Order: sequence, then C-alpha cells, then structure tokens
Amino acid sequence: MAYEIVGKRETRKDAVAKVTGKAKYADDFFERDMLVGKVLRSPHAHAIIKNIDVSKAKALPGVEAVITHKDLPNILYATAGHPWSLDPEHRDVADRLILTDKARLVGDGIAAVVAVDELTAKKALKLIEVEYEVLPFVLDPEKAMLPGAPVIHEEKPDNILGSAKEEIGDCKADFKKADRIFEGVYETSIVQHCHLEIQSAYAYVDTDGRIVIVSSTQIPQIVRRIVGQALGIQWGKIRVIKPYIGGGFGNKQDVIIEPLTAAMTLAVNGRPVRYSLTREECFIDTRTRHAMKFYVRTAVTNEGKMLSLDMKPISNNGAYASHGHTIVMSAGGKFRFLYNYDSMNYEPKTVYTNLPAAGAMRAYGCPQIFFALESHVDDIAREMNIDPVEFRLKNLVSEGKVDPHSGIVVRSFGLPECITKGKQLIKWDEKLKKYKNQKGTKRRGLGMACFSYATGTYPHGFEIGGARIVMNQDGSVQLQIGATEIGQGSDTVLSQIAAEVLGLPLDMVHVISQQDTDISPFDLGAYASRQTFVSGAAVKKAADEVRRKVLEIAAKKIGLSIDQLDIKNARIIEKKLKREICTLEEVAMESYYDPVDAAPITSDVTANVRTNAMAYGVTFVEVEVDMETGRIEVIEIYNVHDSGVIINPQLAEGQVHGGVSMSMGYALSEQMLFDPKTGAPLNNNFLDYKLQTIMDTPDIGADFVEVPDPAGSVGQKSLGENTTISPAPAIRNALLHATGMPVNKLPLTPQKVFENLKESGLL
Amino acid sequence: MKKISLNVNGKPYSIDIDMRESLLEVLRDRLHFTGVKQGCSVGECGACTVLIDGTAIDSCIYLAVWADGKSITTIEGVSKDGKLSKVQQAFVDEGAVQCGFCTPGLVLTTTAIVESGKKLTEEEIKREISGHLCRCTGYNKIFNAVKKVLDEE
Repeated sequence: MAYEIVGKRETRKDAVAKVTGKAKYADDFFERDMLVGKVLRSPHAHAIIKNIDVSKAKALPGVEAVITHKDLPNILYATAGHPWSLDPEHRDVADRLILTDKARLVGDGIAAVVAVDELTAKKALKLIEVEYEVLPFVLDPEKAMLPGAPVIHEEKPDNILGSAKEEIGDCKADFKKADRIFEGVYETSIVQHCHLEIQSAYAYVDTDGRIVIVSSTQIPQIVRRIVGQALGIQWGKIRVIKPYIGGGFGNKQDVIIEPLTAAMTLAVNGRPVRYSLTREECFIDTRTRHAMKFYVRTAVTNEGKMLSLDMKPISNNGAYASHGHTIVMSAGGKFRFLYNYDSMNYEPKTVYTNLPAAGAMRAYGCPQIFFALESHVDDIAREMNIDPVEFRLKNLVSEGKVDPHSGIVVRSFGLPECITKGKQLIKWDEKLKKYKNQKGTKRRGLGMACFSYATGTYPHGFEIGGARIVMNQDGSVQLQIGATEIGQGSDTVLSQIAAEVLGLPLDMVHVISQQDTDISPFDLGAYASRQTFVSGAAVKKAADEVRRKVLEIAAKKIGLSIDQLDIKNARIIEKKLKREICTLEEVAMESYYDPVDAAPITSDVTANVRTNAMAYGVTFVEVEVDMETGRIEVIEIYNVHDSGVIINPQLAEGQVHGGVSMSMGYALSEQMLFDPKTGAPLNNNFLDYKLQTIMDTPDIGADFVEVPDPAGSVGQKSLGENTTISPAPAIRNALLHATGMPVNKLPLTPQKVFENLKESGLL
Repeated sequence: MKKISLNVNGKPYSIDIDMRESLLEVLRDRLHFTGVKQGCSVGECGACTVLIDGTAIDSCIYLAVWADGKSITTIEGVSKDGKLSKVQQAFVDEGAVQCGFCTPGLVLTTTAIVESGKKLTEEEIKREISGHLCRCTGYNKIFNAVKKVLDEE
C-alpha cells in the first residue's frame, strides 16, 4: 500500500520546543514552598544496620523531616516496570524496602532528609549516626553461588535469583551426531544507560488528599501502581505526570525514586518535595546492564550446518531483583529466531551480588547474548575456514519459522537482503582479499554480526496500548496517547499514523506529549520497542473510528455510502470522481453545532495486541588495530535493519546512529569498575566512565530493507533497541579478522587488547 | 548573600545570591531559565552551556559571582521575534534533536562558533563540540547540522 505521510521524513513534533528551551523536563517545574530531599547512602557493600540515630539531624534548623525504614511501612516491593500480572506466579520478585534495613551495596539508601535547601539537607545527612555490623560481601556471581558465600537476601540462601532449563529437540543425540564440536566462553561488562537527564521527581499532596508525582519516567502507569504497592495505599490515590524526558534507555523503566519521593512529601504534611539524584548517585543507585558470562557449545557438521547449541549464561544481577531473571530469559526467547538449530539447550542463572542492581537496558539481554552467539559463530566459521557471511547464510531461519515455546511466527524475513546490502556497502569481498597477510603495526579487519529481536513482549507479557482522538472545529485533532515520548520519536510516528488514516496534514495532528495517569489513555509505556507497534495499533484503531464518523456525516450530506468517500488533505473526496464534497472543517462544525445531531467527533480505544513480529538486522564494520598500543579505531560501520515499514526515515536513522554509538562504547570503552577490596564504585562519573564523544564516532551508515510485516498496523516492526545489539560483536569479530586473535571479554580497551596481543605472542 | 548585576538575554537583572551558588543554579532556580540543563554538575557533559560575553561556558562550574557585570545568553535568548535562529533551524531540519536534553548546550556552542566567524575543518568542528555528551544521536546528525550552518555562512 502506498502511504502519503507514513514513510516521510517529517520533522519531529517536539523539535522546536527542544531547540528553544521551552520543553519542560521534570526538574523544570517550580512549586511554592518546595523542599529538597537527599539520601544517606551506605559506605559498605554489605552490612547490617544495628542502629540509626537521627536526633541531631532532626534538630538542625531548616530540616523538616528525617526518614528511615522504621518510619515507613514494612512492605517488600518489586521495582521492575512490567505490567501487573493477575497471576502471582508471573510477578516480579519483591525484595526491597523504600529505605533499607540492611545495606547490600555501596550506595544503598539508608535514610532520607527533607530540608529547605540542598545544603541544609547535605549537612543533616552528616549528622545521622549509623551503627553498622559489616558483613563479608561478594561481587562475582560464580563465587556468590559457592557454599559459604555471603547471603545477600535471606529468602534466597544460595544467592540464585532465578534459574531455568529450556530444551528444544534432542541435544544429546545431535552432539553425538556432530562432526565437530566447538566451545567458547564469552563475557560482557557492567555498563550504564547514561541518559543525559538524571532521574528527578517531585511530589506533593493535592487538595483532594492525593499524592501527585511529576517524574522523569518511561512508565507513568506502572509508577502509579508500584508507589501504591510500596506505600500500601490505594493506586487511585496516586497521580503520576510524565513531562518531557531526557532519555531513558530502560533505566526509567524501573520505579526507583518515586516511592521515596512520595514518602518524603507524606513526611512533611504534603508540602512539595523534589528528589533529584546526582550523576554519581545515578551510576550506583539506579540500574545497570547485567554483566553476563556465557558457556557455549555448538555441534556442527563438516558442511557447516549447526545442529545443536548448548548455552549456559550466568547473569550478574547486583543487589536487588529489579527485572532480574526476566532479562536473561527474554534474551533466550529472542536469539533463537536467528539460526535454525535442530536442538537447543538453554540454561541460564541469575545471581545476586553486592553490586548496583542491574535492570532493563536497551535491548534487554540481547547485547549480551548476541555478543556471545555472534562471537562464537565467527570463531566456528574461522576454524572451519568458511567465510563468516556464507556460514551464517547457510544456517539462517526462514520465513514461516514458528518457535515451539512462544508460538511466535516469523512472518517477514528481510535479513538475507540486509546481509547482501551490508556486504556491498563495506565492500566485503574486495577488502577480504586486500587484508590477507598483513604484517605492519596497523592492521585492518572486517567483521559482521547479525541479530533477531522481538517487537514488544507478547506472549510473555501482555500488550495493550490506548489512544484517544478529539476533533476540533477546524478539523484538526488532538491525539492523546498513553505511549511515552522519551526522545525516541514516538509522538511523531504515532502522529504520522493518525494523519495518514485521517487524511490530515501532519500539522493538523496536535499530539499531547505529557502523560498524566488521571487523564491519558491507559498504556504501559516505553519499553521493548513496543510503542510504534502496540500503541501504533491503538492510534490506527482510534483514527479509523474518527474517520468513519467523519465519513458518516459527509455521506449523509451527499447521499452516498461511506466507502465511496475518502479524506484527503482535510477535504472529503468522492473517490470515483476525485471530486471534493466539502471540507473536513464543515463536517467538524456540523458535529459541534448541528441543532439536531450535534455530537463532537471523538474516539477512545484500547488495542490489545496478541501477536509479535520478529525484526532483524546486521552490522558490518571495518576496524584498524594499532598493534603497538592495542587501540581499535572504527573506520567504517553500517547497520542494515529489517524493521518492516519505516514510518519516518529521519527518526529511524537517528535511532540507528544512537544505538550504534552506544554499542561502540560497549565494545570499546564503557565499563563500570568496582574496588575488589571494598565493592565501592571507581568510576561513577562522566570523566572516568568513558562514553563515546563526537571525536570517537565515525560516519555511521544506516540502511533499511522494508518488508511490511502483516502484524504491524502499517507493516512496522521494532527498531529502537535493535540498533544497539550487533555492533559490539561485529567489532570483536573485526579485531579477530585483523589479528587472528579472539578476545572474548568486553570492553576491548587498548589495555585489554594490548595484554591479549602480548599473551598471544603477536607483540 | 551578595548582590550581582548581570544581563541575561538582553535584559538587566540585579539579584541577591549566595556566594557559593553556581551560575547554573542562579539561572535555573532564581531566574527560571530552565532551558539551561543540568546533566552532571561538574563540567563533564556540556548540557549547562551558556554564552558568557559570547564564549561558551559550562555554567555548572562557573560561580554566579563571576558573572557580575557580564552578558549571558541562554537558549531562551537565541530565537528572535518567534523566529528560530539559523543554528536552531539547522538542528530541526537535520534531525539533530532526540531527547533534547543536550540540545540547548549544543545550539549555544554552535552559535558561538558561527559568531566567531572562524573557518573550521571537519576535524576542528568535532573538537569544538566534543565537550558535549549526547547519548541519543551518535552525533552524526548534530555534526551535519553544525556543518550546514557553517557552510552557509
């Protein structure tokens, strides 16, 4: 189908608000009498709090309240931003208090102060006296599982938060049958989202006695529910407002600061309190990406057909459950849509340690699992002397594949075409020849890696999106959505879907960017690259209804049926003759003011999306390795995506650029470091944690193969997270090609590459 | 407390401030120029950039007392008569904006480069704006926007 607005490089809806500084983020609202909240954090990685004396802090002039766990309901709650499940078996692990009674990481929140200003609050924190009984701690998940290891949560005496064994087919038989068996161990590091806007919220009690929270969140509806649960109050007593958000990448798909912010306002009789983290606090007491270690074995025939995969990941969860075991399980459900194994054994474990809690981060376990898988696959191809591209093409799944566990069907499969395109872009064959037998101190290498990714969470999670459309007198509309714009561009693409269906120019769709749990349609929020797909289905449905109502009024005027009419550029058209019947404005005016039939045109719908759509993509990269310093420079990099129909190419390219840049950091420089002697963070700031700057970023090639997926309301599939999955393993594989040296642990810093070069005798 | 006089976006202000306050705090909390963003508070990310007498400075590590007698431009002062500046328009057109949190600082640094009249190579452009962190865009479209404005000059 040919679209008029879908597929166009339309300017983002919020671009002007953002370049003029008018866009207001959570920190940009001021209330009369606003107080400031700060938190006292544990200096120990693991310690029992024997006693807390807050009397001196309370006595400090300007201090309005001091709170510890003793002042709060003794309710354990879960923070993960998942939809609530009516089935208790499918709920997240409830393992934390708003302020803890036992420190489980350096930085754990022990007490909170509410004061007239930040300086007074900080002074008061120093006056709180805490008596700790320091306990042994553990940072390595494999050590945490050994007998006698420190127990982090009494409910899980072996520190194992979750484990599973999923077997498809007969692995034993396939490994027996195999001509060759390959083994490898692959490890990723702890990294962080590093959204530029740090978590910030403020809360007050309104005239109706309800708690209002304005927060930097991806998931306002879930914040409402979890604040209610954490405080033991009715969910309807809480109202959450989401203004403009300065990036989230999954770290704001977790309810971190809001329960305490609510507790703070309750402690001061409902006066407004702002609780904002510093960047240093953000690094240690929000969420991180799980470091994972993968033990992988593959059974292969001499012809290069992979028969069976045996994968055993160990996921380092840190001190609190957050999304916990769901992440390694979810990744396990997505990666098996890439290659066609006859059998597979997947045996993940998620383990508590005394580190910052790991949670959702862009692509939810897939950057880790595809680093392991795609490194391993390259190792196999290299050992077998087969071109890694050819080896992959031989083993790919095909359209029509059905997963025996989830039942998800591959309905569109553009990956082979993506690979062909990527190969051409990087000039794969030509450069493979050119870079044979390099001897110098600077060596070039080519690498590639593929991925598969789902769109939303169905069938593991439930997927509903809400949309409401109100038509104005001039024929323009307000589009209200529960989906949250956090920078990814959802407001714009959802507006494009509405404009397409309604035959409106995009500037006649006014999207309400702010979500308010009291007003906005119910939607779960920004995660799992779901909104364009799930919320997009809701917008399509709402727009279809408005369109029908408009055409009914117009049809009555002219005496035709509605399927003989169309709306184009805000005018009602008789399809056959392409003749204008009337303007949309005339219809809208009738809907408001007709003395007999007036009924303003609106719609208010929910889409319950009970399907999924597998998306695919590939990275091709060329690197130059400095053999003397171990530095890897990315020379060229291309991501080619099969994300179905691309609704806005400019925004889609932006997603690719950002995802590739994030993955380049994952590959080359980013890693949170902790002192092994104390468990304290060593680089929880932007100076020592090495994000990519513009100096480190090459031109990033973004390309698409658009195969419409029947499950997408306009043929779309996921994209936002997908972009950050395959660059890191592709870079690792390019290092392997350049040097012949496999490095199986991220990040590939100059130091690590240098040490590996030395060990392998290349230096 | 100390009284300082400064000009913000063409308007004079005379205000009492705490000697310990940063210019960022005074602009945001006292004068409510909330387009000045706080991303790290220690001069690492560039989100709080403002122009002080035409020079791009991290306002989080610039004491407000030092701004006494100076002219400050924040993002709120860049567009004139409801019309975007060339730099702002280039950021909009090139798709250089995503979450928007780094955008005000980048627009101001770019404005300073444009107003300096310097001719820069691509490598020099990158160095000039490398003090700004952006986690959304991978910098590609930001670079295109900056280059577009400089090429048009």
